Amino acid sequence: MTLLDIQNLTVEYPSRHGVFKAVSGASLTVEPGEIHGLVGESGAGKSTIGAAIMGLLERPGHIAGGTIAFKSDLISGLDAVAMQDLRGKKISMIFQDPLTSLNPLLTVGEQLMETISLHLGLSQNAAQQRATALLERVGIPDPALRLRQYPHQYSGGMRQRVVIALALCSEPDVIIADEPTTALDVAVQAQILDLIKDLARERQVGVILVTHDMGVIADTTDRVTVMYRGEVVESGTTAQVMGAPNHAYTKSLIAAVPRPQVKLKRFSQISYGGRETRFAIEDIARNWTRVETQADTPLLSVRNLEKRFPIAKSIFPGHSTYLTAVDDVSFDIMPGEVFGVVGESGSGKSTVARLISGLYPLDKGTVEFAGQIVSDPRDKAAVMQFRRDIQMIFQDPYSSLNPRMRVLDIIAEPIRHHKILSGSALTKRVHELLEQVGLGAAAAAKFPHEFSGGQRQRISIARALATQPRFLICDEPTSALDVSIQAQILNILKDLQDHLGLTMLFISHDLPVVRQMCDRVAVMQKGRLLELQDTETLFAAPQTDYTKELLTLMPHLEGLSDEGLDI
Amino acid sequence: MFSFLIRRVLQAGLVLLIVGFVAFSMFNFVGDPIDNMLGTERTQADIDRLRTQLGLDQPFVVQYWKFLANAVEGNLGVSYRQGRPVAEIIAERAPATLELATVSALFAVGVGVLLGIYTAIRRDGLVSHIIMSVSLIGVSLPTFLIGILLIYLFSVELDWLPSFGRGEVTDLGGWTTGFLTTSGLKALILPGITLGLFQMTLIMRLVRSEMLEVLRQDYIRFARARGLSEKAINFRHALKNTLVPVITVTGLQLGSIIAFAIITETVFQWPGVGLLFINAVQFVDIPVMAAYLMLISVMFVAINLIVDILYVAIDPRLRS
Repeated sequence: MTLLDIQNLTVEYPSRHGVFKAVSGASLTVEPGEIHGLVGESGAGKSTIGAAIMGLLERPGHIAGGTIAFKSDLISGLDAVAMQDLRGKKISMIFQDPLTSLNPLLTVGEQLMETISLHLGLSQNAAQQRATALLERVGIPDPALRLRQYPHQYSGGMRQRVVIALALCSEPDVIIADEPTTALDVAVQAQILDLIKDLARERQVGVILVTHDMGVIADTTDRVTVMYRGEVVESGTTAQVMGAPNHAYTKSLIAAVPRPQVKLKRFSQISYGGRETRFAIEDIARNWTRVETQADTPLLSVRNLEKRFPIAKSIFPGHSTYLTAVDDVSFDIMPGEVFGVVGESGSGKSTVARLISGLYPLDKGTVEFAGQIVSDPRDKAAVMQFRRDIQMIFQDPYSSLNPRMRVLDIIAEPIRHHKILSGSALTKRVHELLEQVGLGAAAAAKFPHEFSGGQRQRISIARALATQPRFLICDEPTSALDVSIQAQILNILKDLQDHLGLTMLFISHDLPVVRQMCDRVAVMQKGRLLELQDTETLFAAPQTDYTKELLTLMPHLEGLSDEGLDI
Repeated sequence: MFSFLIRRVLQAGLVLLIVGFVAFSMFNFVGDPIDNMLGTERTQADIDRLRTQLGLDQPFVVQYWKFLANAVEGNLGVSYRQGRPVAEIIAERAPATLELATVSALFAVGVGVLLGIYTAIRRDGLVSHIIMSVSLIGVSLPTFLIGILLIYLFSVELDWLPSFGRGEVTDLGGWTTGFLTTSGLKALILPGITLGLFQMTLIMRLVRSEMLEVLRQDYIRFARARGLSEKAINFRHALKNTLVPVITVTGLQLGSIIAFAIITETVFQWPGVGLLFINAVQFVDIPVMAAYLMLISVMFVAINLIVDILYVAIDPRLRS
């Protein structure tokens, strides 16, 4: 019997500017034991479908047409009380961010037992036993002790397991997982996806897996529905949709996914719907003042970097405990090279970037740039010149731009700081930069909130290029972006390297992206540099067990169509 | 946890030392008390005698040390105007102010939190809109006007409640209380509301906005997705999270209820320390002013200490 049957679902958000259709005419079904992937980019309406099933649409959103049936009973249009009876009991939901999904002030046990008592009406003791069993089921060691702990005492992956345990409290028939692994490391992601697969197989739970990650879709789901701007554009078995897509959007979406197996010259960009934006690298290159460097000496060398952060401060210095975030890290980066640093969260890769750029003071070690020591804050002239020569692009395009500043001032700030230009020459320079990154000079008068994530990252790039740097530090520059936007930004970075000879430190947790972008890769774990190899060697013949493990955990994307790839 | 408490107490001690210094400095910098205490027909011998008697001829540091030592023992000096020990005068007056402040605080916190929750949960309801509009009037009217309006309505027109004084009080060995007699309780109502109204609206608005913020959080959405009842979501999950930021502001507000009871006490002729302070300022009665300053700072520091401890009690993240 079909568990969930959605027919012609339309969800509307009325507003003063007219009615916004978040979902229009979407149909999909979920069978017992099936994992149904719902894929699309942000704004495609995939999460809205999940919320509509649960009856949790944010006001003023409502179901304007179509039906949702659970085990052939109509559930769309049920009143709040009937819906509340269904929620958590028959249909459960897992949210994206395990760090914010749990109430920080209640113990994990309290939250589990509350939900268990509600749905199953068990006594305190029985509920506690069931809670312990559930934690054990989702793979949390020492569950009896863990019940008494608060969410902040759990790691991110553990919290997502708790979230899944909460969703399983009353043996639901359907689980809607909304981006369940987006906020997690690859190793943890693989474990959580395995857990979801096990649930589907063993307990015949139907799962709707909402994600933007094609790797997760390819490795986990049985069937897949592709959405674009509220509409279902294609649907079928995962092998068929991923291997031989029919619709032009699906084709371009799949082509934009970074591949772990082969290195491409450029990323294929999504041409569907006319979303490609120009990037005038030739214009930038024409006006660029290159500083000649010797090709055989390193441009940047770091020696024995160390950084410790206090975890628990004490009045007596000897009693404070520290976390060594970066431990004796040394490497050289040659001119024109893209140097990758990979590792899980907490491996210290971002701290390395901040130490090099001087955002954190060093505890030990030296940074040398173009033959000069730049890690001594007392040598102001060297530090100033170095700051002009290196620029950073950050991960989150939302928090890395000051929301109260106009784009003009954001991009002009580094130029003003280094007193390179002023007055109308400065304004002209900013307008040129905006034209070159494809936003147009008119963007200068706007504020950051008027731009999408991809456009903001272009503003970040324009800001980074403003001082004509020789070295770029990119800290997870595309992790917060959709695949198609990611492809555009990565192509821009490739262009910068090819045409301007920029040297880059590229930090990422995404191994396929690293394979596409980097010449050499350093693998970090717990603050230490484990392995440093040419990219191709690292992927073909990893030396350490940790690297081998990381490589096996990355999505393999074997069934993906090769159509439109620039190999 | 223990080291946290020790650190907080040490910080509180430091604050009190600094306030003590400021209070003591008043003796030296706000006019010469001898001038105020002796009439125009004084001789140099009178002045010298009083100066020695009050210890004003000794070096600054010695005076400060004596002042602190005496203050710790409860000896806050002699009022220049009344010629009686300040500690005695304050002990007479403090119960009136403390009882008034307690009633106002209970009113402000109780009603403020309840209305805040109500207006957050029923954010689009008619009653909520009315409450929010009325509260705006409550914030914008000055305290003395509210007091006068309440007196006019409930004392003059309706003649339900007394318009001034504490009513009948019972003496419990040095502490006079109005809680034990009907007229004492009645007398507390109007000044209590007058003093607490502003804090009540403030707390209400704060609780409302914090609660609305909390209700948007992922864990509330997840709780709803688990099928928990609205009651459990609002009162078990949302309320506790709302309280953390509310406690800080509320603590500071309670301090100011005591510190700024002056206006209400004036309007209602309430025989509390506020009225005492006003009189002390008029007559440059520095020992009384200094003692009042110390008393208020002790209360603020104590309230802050309690707020810090409450934080830790509510939020497990601060315990580790």
